[in-house]
Amino acid sequence: MNLHEYQSKRIFAEAGIPVPAGKVAATEAEAVAAARELPGPVWVVKAQVHAGGRGKAGGVKLCRSAAEVGAAAKAMLGQRLVTPQTGSQGLPINEVYVESGSAIARELYLSLLLDRERSRIAFVASAAGGMNIEEVAEKEPGKILRVDIDPAAGLQGFQCRRLAFGLGLAGPQLAQFEKIARALYRLYQENDLSLIEINPLIVTKDGALVALDAKINVDANALFRQPALVALRDPSQEDEMERKAAEHELNYVSLEGNIACMVNGAGLAMATMDLIKLHGGEPANFLDVGGTATADRVTAAFRLILSNARARAILVNIFGGIVRCDVIAEGIIKAVKSAGVTLPVIVRLEGTNADKARAILAASGLAITVAKDVSDAATKAVRLARTGAKR
Amino acid sequence: MSILVNRRSRVICQGFTGKQGTFHSEQAIAYGTNLVGGVTPGRGGTTHLDRPVFDTVHEAVATTKADVSVIYVPAPYAADAILEAADAGIRLIVCITEGIPVNDMVRVKASLAGGRSRLVGPNCPGVITPGECKVGIMPGFIHRPGKIGIISRSGTLTYEAVFQTTNVGLGQTTCVGIGGDPVRGLNFIEVLALFERDAKTAGIIMVGEIGGNDEERAAEYIRRHVTKPVVAYIAGVTAPAGKRMGHAGAVIAGGKGTAADKYAALEEAGVRTVRSAADLGVAMKKALAAKRRKRRR
Repeated sequence: MNLHEYQSKRIFAEAGIPVPAGKVAATEAEAVAAARELPGPVWVVKAQVHAGGRGKAGGVKLCRSAAEVGAAAKAMLGQRLVTPQTGSQGLPINEVYVESGSAIARELYLSLLLDRERSRIAFVASAAGGMNIEEVAEKEPGKILRVDIDPAAGLQGFQCRRLAFGLGLAGPQLAQFEKIARALYRLYQENDLSLIEINPLIVTKDGALVALDAKINVDANALFRQPALVALRDPSQEDEMERKAAEHELNYVSLEGNIACMVNGAGLAMATMDLIKLHGGEPANFLDVGGTATADRVTAAFRLILSNARARAILVNIFGGIVRCDVIAEGIIKAVKSAGVTLPVIVRLEGTNADKARAILAASGLAITVAKDVSDAATKAVRLARTGAKR
Repeated sequence: MSILVNRRSRVICQGFTGKQGTFHSEQAIAYGTNLVGGVTPGRGGTTHLDRPVFDTVHEAVATTKADVSVIYVPAPYAADAILEAADAGIRLIVCITEGIPVNDMVRVKASLAGGRSRLVGPNCPGVITPGECKVGIMPGFIHRPGKIGIISRSGTLTYEAVFQTTNVGLGQTTCVGIGGDPVRGLNFIEVLALFERDAKTAGIIMVGEIGGNDEERAAEYIRRHVTKPVVAYIAGVTAPAGKRMGHAGAVIAGGKGTAADKYAALEEAGVRTVRSAADLGVAMKKALAAKRRKRRR
């Protein structure tokens, strides 16, 4: 789960991490009032969306008067911001964050995340902040500092010093950096975060360290014990289909193609998408109905898939293990009837009672194409999506 | 021969009397697994499925001499259950539970390091040695005792590999689902090492997916240490960057962990790769035949 910048900065401020003075605004008038209260002479208006790359997309504006702040807020609010991270639809700007401008001497990068290779939480830092850190890592890996933390011992002073010296900090900044690093590690642990990223962490012209941006991701698996963070969720920033899917405990990701897929298991769902592509088609979605698909879930999944206007064919690929294929077949028939499916449906069922399931589908009188294996299913889906699209 | 579990394994179930624990324990018993008891705190002294229930893993081990535990405990309590099993001296811990917070697993992994317990999972289908011992949620009937070792990050995709090797007449020695989470117990490398040493395993099927660099590290290991033919498939060629594909670990982050990278690394290590998950069984059969031809020459 992602948080907005203003929410992340509030959490930072409460933890003692320095952030610029700022206020969130949902209207032009609120933005103007915020600018009047916040120290000037320069303000920054930032679109609050769950995506990076806002600056280049016009979601960050530098303003020199309260009137300019109002105008910038008016231009952004109610619009959708499209950045390289949002997809072509963009994300709605329902709030802007108005912040006092900072006098920047240097821009650093600092993040805290999971080091999968070592199964530990790690700090990643770079003196080359403010840029695309992946690009820095690729082109100049020597500029990336990395320390991982022993979960039993916790963050150590020497690790903070290694990072601070590596970032070119000196004097009182060393203690300031250690305080920030310790606060970040504590936040990460206590809130079950999966990412904290500050890009840039600036050194001001007065030599102070300030978090100019703040990105926090929360581990979705830990939300059951983080009620305060659940309250910060903003559904407007989530894909509508993905949100609906989550309500039915379905795992859904929207894609750009026209062959809708319904599969049990994440790995098999990805493999099915890959097969569609291999046979010259494009998947419309990733959809995992879970390792133990039930008839109800299959029905909910059909409804979800049908609400995608791009879909031209539906491919169902179920490997029935513990779940019996005949039960799934009956679920499919019920769903096709009740949801009024007019698109071609291609079904591949394998596993427990697969023969019985195929017989049930064949006897249903519905226009369901039964595939003999997964390659056959993909080939048929690609062909039917094409002929269907011509109609 | 086999790896990790066999007919002599003495298995207990943590979360024994819950819905999942009950259902899958019934299936395991029906398969012939030597399930010697279970643990549900507060239910000690009772019996369930004709087996004793214990309050703690320590009591279960003391009474039944169990050496394998399978965990169906809900996610909020699963990390605790893994550590309890390790503390009680369980040799192999198989955690089926899905949705454990990553930070819990970071602590568990650190705590297990250097100890004697092996962990498989979490968020995995489990481990099965066909005809002998089923520890997990996989459908038993698709397996056949045979000569292929299977390692996979994904559940239903493991079943595909199993079903195909059964259909082409190869069968399996042992199948290990290592799980789809970013922090997990056994990884490809440890399981590859076990299969390499297992006399009965003639070939290895490896099913990976996007995210992380475990497949790349496995490729390096195969290049140096594995003499048996390996066939690999990587799921997620079409997955877009930054989107999590169901599994917590299946996400392409910062351009790293793509299927293309993984395929390249594996092919460089001499692994026979397939682009379609439907070709795993046939490819394995060909790989074994090629190896036999080489030997005859």
